[in-house]
Amino acid sequence: MAFDAPPTFSSKDAVVCRGVGKTWAAGTKRAHNALTDIDLDVAPGEFVVFLGPSGCGKSTLLYLIAGLEDATEGQLWSFGDLVETPSPQRSLIFQETSLFPWLTVWENVSFGLSIRGASKEERRTVAAEALQRVGLKAAMDKRPDELSGGMRQRVAVARALAMRPKVLLMDEPFAALDVQTRARMQDFLLDVWRDSGASVLFVTHHIDEAVALADRVVVFTSRPGRIKTIVPIDLPRPRNLFSRQAEDLRIQLTDLLRDEVDRAFAEQEALAVTA
Amino acid sequence: MAVVTRDSEASGAAAGTSRPAAVSRFYTGMVNLEWLTKAWWTILSISLFAGIWELCWFFGWADPKLLPPPHIFLGNLAEQGKFFNTATRWQVGQAMNAGPSAFESVMITVGATTARVFIGLAMASVLAIGMGVLIRYHHFFDKLVLPTITLLSPVSPIAWLPVAIFLFGIGNAPAIFMVVVALFFHMVLATVAQIDGVSPNFINVARTMGASKRQIYGRVIVPAILPGMLQVLRLNLFGAWMVVLVAESTGVGYGMGQVIMLARNTFNPSLVFFTIAVIGVLGFAFDWLLRQAQRRILYWLPDTKEKLRGL
Repeated sequence: MAFDAPPTFSSKDAVVCRGVGKTWAAGTKRAHNALTDIDLDVAPGEFVVFLGPSGCGKSTLLYLIAGLEDATEGQLWSFGDLVETPSPQRSLIFQETSLFPWLTVWENVSFGLSIRGASKEERRTVAAEALQRVGLKAAMDKRPDELSGGMRQRVAVARALAMRPKVLLMDEPFAALDVQTRARMQDFLLDVWRDSGASVLFVTHHIDEAVALADRVVVFTSRPGRIKTIVPIDLPRPRNLFSRQAEDLRIQLTDLLRDEVDRAFAEQEALAVTA
Repeated sequence: MAVVTRDSEASGAAAGTSRPAAVSRFYTGMVNLEWLTKAWWTILSISLFAGIWELCWFFGWADPKLLPPPHIFLGNLAEQGKFFNTATRWQVGQAMNAGPSAFESVMITVGATTARVFIGLAMASVLAIGMGVLIRYHHFFDKLVLPTITLLSPVSPIAWLPVAIFLFGIGNAPAIFMVVVALFFHMVLATVAQIDGVSPNFINVARTMGASKRQIYGRVIVPAILPGMLQVLRLNLFGAWMVVLVAESTGVGYGMGQVIMLARNTFNPSLVFFTIAVIGVLGFAFDWLLRQAQRRILYWLPDTKEKLRGL
């Protein structure tokens, strides 16, 4: 097991994974093991980044924690409750924009409340508050297609915040944005995280992003995905990303990832030869 | 298309206090200009087609007895209109000139056929969308019903014609049944395909927000498939126009199909082409109306057509 310290189970932990694994299309010829043997504890209010090569199962783990997919091995808990179905406590934010194009910005943000049958005034108030926190209150009555990519992701964050989640799950949310927008969005996310007090689980394959954001970086091996190691990022916030320590961490993470990427490439080439 | 909408919205805003009147008039002018350009191209397109036909007649390549050019079959509207007086045709001792006037006859016939098209289309859409959603909503239903629907969907409307007559005799019912049966199976399959094409992210978002299955269908899947379904509806509108003529040509009191059959039995190519022209104009008009509706309802769709033009 890649875990260094013996895992301590606590029902207060935001997320607890024990021996979690996922085999897609289990029982068929196409079955493949995406994820195996995951033990992980995330404290309330902690910022954890999942880092790994493409196809290492880090997004799969996020979907399992969200309750959108069932684990084929092991079990997951969130604040002491077994994860079986999706819950508004655990909001997921996707890579591509997932705003409903037929709703206005504020209607999108308050979609979860409308599911619960909240009144229009209540929905508008909560939406206004959530949009205020992402700095987009002025865009309330706009349509998603009138916004830029960065703005749309901020609306998606506001939509998640409107549910007052205890865990924010983010699946490469800034991958489609340009470098400058991405840097601004990282600062923005850190503000939101500090204000909300939620735990954030953030999937990325960008080492810079991991060093900028994380309390701890979980490094994955390539398929089947396992936890290779967990690197704590003990840099004071707000972080100076040009400091010597930040550079050292980037080098350390790069080395850890390189082996995995090399291995993934070798596997793919072997597959191509046999195919 | 979207350019027109935005301009007209802009002109709407301009009509308020925020813009000077001259600017507003300029915007309105732009909108009109755009419509005019479109109308011109439509006229040019039709003129080109008619012109080639007329030329063929002029040079003697097209026999006017078999392929009468537009100036012949559109030349005597009043005379052509009389043939539409099929409403009283079956009555014994009824003279050709009795009953409604030529114009009224055309309107009655066109109205009857249009009503059959729209009632048939509406029934087929409601039934097919309902069935498509049920198929995806209940897995049990999917297994039970989808094989039969797939099996029946390639059956030609012509094959349903005797069934329509066995079941409903003659009149409006068999014609509407024909339209429904010709469209229903394809539309069910189209609905299912549309539902399968909904982005899984949309569904996952709703699930994490705690939406029930019913809420996911009502709030996410139905609005998400709406653009595709309107497209399906537009294509099936043409389908309905094709089928209704087949249905009417056999056992309905009056309708465009009856006129075509009359023209066939009396060897009157002029009347055939005249009826075809009327159907063409009607189909064009209704397609235009549906596109307007589509643009109003589906305000959120990106305009790919404009992008393709820019290539």
